[in-house]
Amino acid sequence: MQLPRRVFLALALGAPVSASRAADRSILLATTTSAENSGLLGYLLPRFEKASGIRVKVVAVGTGQALKLGERGDADLLLLHHPPSEEAFVAAGFGIDRREIMANDFLLVGPAEDPAGARGRDVLAAFRAIAASGAPFVSRGDASGTHERERELWRAAGIDPGSAARGWYREAGSGMGATLNIAAAMGAYTLADRGTWASFANRRGLVVLVEGDPRLSNVYAVTLVNPARHPHVKVAEARALADWLGGPEGQAAIGSFEVGGTRPFRPIATARAVPGSDGGR
Amino acid sequence: MGPLGISGEIGEAAVTALRLLWSADPELLAIVALSLEVSLAATALAAMLGLPLGALLALARFPGRGALVLLVNAGMGLPPVVVGLLVYLLLSRSGPLGDHGLLFTPTAMVIAQTILVTPIVAALARQAVTDLLEDYREHLASLGLRPLAAVPVLLVDARYRLATACLAGFGRAAAEVGAILIVGGNIRGHTRTMTTAIALETSKGALEQALALGFVLILVVLAVNLAAAGLQRMARRIEG
Repeated sequence: MQLPRRVFLALALGAPVSASRAADRSILLATTTSAENSGLLGYLLPRFEKASGIRVKVVAVGTGQALKLGERGDADLLLLHHPPSEEAFVAAGFGIDRREIMANDFLLVGPAEDPAGARGRDVLAAFRAIAASGAPFVSRGDASGTHERERELWRAAGIDPGSAARGWYREAGSGMGATLNIAAAMGAYTLADRGTWASFANRRGLVVLVEGDPRLSNVYAVTLVNPARHPHVKVAEARALADWLGGPEGQAAIGSFEVGGTRPFRPIATARAVPGSDGGR
Repeated sequence: MGPLGISGEIGEAAVTALRLLWSADPELLAIVALSLEVSLAATALAAMLGLPLGALLALARFPGRGALVLLVNAGMGLPPVVVGLLVYLLLSRSGPLGDHGLLFTPTAMVIAQTILVTPIVAALARQAVTDLLEDYREHLASLGLRPLAAVPVLLVDARYRLATACLAGFGRAAAEVGAILIVGGNIRGHTRTMTTAIALETSKGALEQALALGFVLILVVLAVNLAAAGLQRMARRIEG
């Protein structure tokens, strides 16, 4: 057991420790809480690390914060699920080579008693029913990909929940798991991604009420941080991970990941055109 | 959690905590070790900065001293998230110190916690030395010692109270999550500590695991305080 020695060392030196302990072939992957909380990355990355010798450090934050990390050059690769902001990120010159690698879907979850009568409707009708009934709805409220999608759904339903005077719309300002904890405690509705829901242990009375609506599709993509803007970015290593995730091994691993008795992620990467072959498109 | 009621849930978490410790899970041990390393390093640095600063504020008379005392006292209430954000902006690749690549390392966490702990150590040290100075004023005067010349004597005499100041600082560092989450990133196997792991387990809805880790953290802090008390007792015995 090396614990006492390290503690003693820290006591004796009183100095910043272990800054350069890790091997240097490592990259920083900024991703959303949904990919991390589901356990998917804990399943995929050891396989990649074994195959490549590249260590992946994961920082799991909301999509807004992950984009900011990429913009400032604090990450090498982003794994996100909000295509409009990812495309804007690339268009602004912050990122390159966005590639869609997997998909799952969002779910409307809520109390089993379903006071708003949302069960089984299409998602826009369900949102309207919730707003009309005044039953509590907990929003992520954190500029995450899930939060952005939820706002798009309210807009499409023709409802401005921000103006809700009766206070049925609550912004948690938290990650997916924390928001589910709040919804479970309040008996409220919320929009969740299937990955986090499948692995979430504290459901209490919450059940899935709406799923399968095409408006609820959820696409995950990787984007490299632009090395032209941030020369220190480890572009070769980051590209190795992007290629592995989009390649046959990564795609098979994504498809075989299982949690809570379901396989929440579907591999969707299209084979990258290889020069000299007529690979698709 | 199940239909156990809160006492049942806490009991289950305590059992899980003991099982975790007993199994000596290497990942848990690494997390505990990193928590201790970061918090103890930050406390040691804060002691090096804060103890002399506190003594200076107690003994020296200079313009702006009152304002500085106020500032240090208010610094005990620095919001960790704000400190984390400021250190993030400093260490970010686009920030002034970005070239060193310190963001998302244990070193970044030590820097943030040092900023949080130093005012606590300095403020408590200032109070301890001020109190002693009151007691000793006549004695020092009769010896013809000026207060500044008495610094070494006062620091030695105040050592137990100064140790308590350092323990208070360590408590702040060990319990803190807002700053190290931002500058450390809660990276598994690299910058994950007890507090960030607890926040993560809570967000996964794994409340029992989170609470169990909380018990482990409390035990660790208790052990550090026990060790400090033991050292004090040993020192007193040697002194006579």
